[in-house]
Amino acid sequence: MAREIGEVILDLQNISLRFGGVKALTDISFNVRKHEIRAIIGPNGAGKSSMLNVINGVYHPQEGTIMFHGKPRKDMEPHMAASQGIARTFQNIALFKGMSVLDNIMTGRNLMMKSNFLQHALFLGSARREEIEHRKKVEEVIEFLEIQSIRKTPVGRLPYGLQKRVELARALAAEPSLLLLDEPMAGMNVEEKQDMCRFVLDVNDQFGTTIVLIEHDMGVVMDISDRVVVLDYGKKIGDGVPDEVKNDPAVIEAYLGTSH
Amino acid sequence: MFYREAGQFKASYREDQQIFPIRQDRIGIVAAIVFFFLVVPLIANQYWLQAILTPVLIFSLAALGLNILTGYAGQLSLGSAAFMAVGAFGTYNFMLRMDGIPFLVALVLGGLCAAVVGILFGLPSLRIKGFYLAVATLAAQFFIVWVLVKFGWFSNHSTSGVITAQHVEILGYTFDSPLSKYLLTLAVVVVFALLAKNMVRSATGRKWMAVRDMDVAAEVIGIRLMGTKLQAFAISSFYCGVAGALYAYMYLGTVEPEGFNLDLSFKILFMIIIGGVGSILGSFIGAAFIVLLPVFLNVAMHTSLGEFIPANIAANLELIIFGGMIVFFLIVEPHGLARLWQIAKEKLRIWPFPH
Repeated sequence: MAREIGEVILDLQNISLRFGGVKALTDISFNVRKHEIRAIIGPNGAGKSSMLNVINGVYHPQEGTIMFHGKPRKDMEPHMAASQGIARTFQNIALFKGMSVLDNIMTGRNLMMKSNFLQHALFLGSARREEIEHRKKVEEVIEFLEIQSIRKTPVGRLPYGLQKRVELARALAAEPSLLLLDEPMAGMNVEEKQDMCRFVLDVNDQFGTTIVLIEHDMGVVMDISDRVVVLDYGKKIGDGVPDEVKNDPAVIEAYLGTSH
Repeated sequence: MFYREAGQFKASYREDQQIFPIRQDRIGIVAAIVFFFLVVPLIANQYWLQAILTPVLIFSLAALGLNILTGYAGQLSLGSAAFMAVGAFGTYNFMLRMDGIPFLVALVLGGLCAAVVGILFGLPSLRIKGFYLAVATLAAQFFIVWVLVKFGWFSNHSTSGVITAQHVEILGYTFDSPLSKYLLTLAVVVVFALLAKNMVRSATGRKWMAVRDMDVAAEVIGIRLMGTKLQAFAISSFYCGVAGALYAYMYLGTVEPEGFNLDLSFKILFMIIIGGVGSILGSFIGAAFIVLLPVFLNVAMHTSLGEFIPANIAANLELIIFGGMIVFFLIVEPHGLARLWQIAKEKLRIWPFPH
């Protein structure tokens, strides 16, 4: 694999997030480099999902700065993060249950569709062309994730593992430069995990997408990520390549249990 | 056997994304349109055209409007009748105050008035959801009716706000017979239904459904909640407004603001619940069900038991059976009659060899 880890594209400095008196995140700094797979790990309630929510603008931290592509951003709304090329999946699948797989993935292209509702109502010319053009792109994603056979199925009828895959497809359809994955392998069996790992690696490799991933499966994390940041009770307790983190006493104590 | 896609191959995305991708559906739709435009005028009498078919079509359009808002965009509303009133009074005033304005233009302008009012009363949806939003839209229901009664200008200073629809003339042809009114209504409804179908199958509809199904995820992939919700309110109210104008001009002839009361809003809500929330066909089925069932019950009562029970008991009995049938259908298929039809189609695809 000739992957080249590039410059820092996302830089978080001294992020603190509070909900009333509850400190979800305290003074966390870390960065993400272009083209890398960056894992965030930590015990339950460590603030991992909050961290992702900060990155894509769902939560607004009280303190700290976020630099994305060298530009600082403050109080960004989620749709603005999306238009800058940040896509994500959710811990509890957040698909649009009433829509087909195809429609779900098509919504991922929403930001790139320019025609308005009147053009849609008439469905002539540009609206139709646009629909077809984006459909082609979506079909590429469908093929990439090997979900051709279910494209017309309502997502509510799909098993869990496939729903996770459709959610990844929806995020990929937006052609993001930064992809946030919140526990993409949670609740999967070994084979499904292997498939998902393969897809994550392929996305990273073929599209050059930078990936920030939260995962509880240590084997997966240590295998596929380039660097790992460890959170515990909203604080950063470790950061580095997997081997470093694995041997860090603080991490072992907080996360993997006391040493034996 | 008859409803099967086998052998219908789609060789391009264009073919796959046509409005009715299955050949049998296309044939069915064309047959239905031909039937209602050409055959019905030949066989239906005045009573059917005037008292049944025209109102069914008008209510279908109103239900379609509410379905866009509630069924597709997931925003509950109890203000449909008020938006119908805005459309009716808007069209009336355009006809009244602008000399020589074509009816269809006034109709669309009336619809646009309703759209603007719809956006205003849709603003609470940015903060509140579900039942609470329904209660907030009640404000529209009471406020608009009150305004239309209170300020005489809207009804050209007639007593208690009653308006009498002007004569409708398009290209020199006066629409005054039940048949002509039916055909004009049908044309408007068919056009708007096709436009709605196109909207819900394209990016606009996907945005609505995304907001309905999971608003956080919708926001994260770049859908603006505010714009999408208000757009749904505007388009829905536009449809209701046009339906309201047709209600005044093609069906009743004279209407008063009190005619667009909460009962009517509920009626439209029941239509989409029974017909199918989030289904265009469902709006039509629901409207037909709610309008036709009482008529059928009435006829059935009179022919079967008319001699044995007094009229007042029969009338109450009809209401009881009507309510009972609504409950029955909701238990059989909570997702509405349109869902039953969809299940039937899925079964037919593999019938008679389901394995």
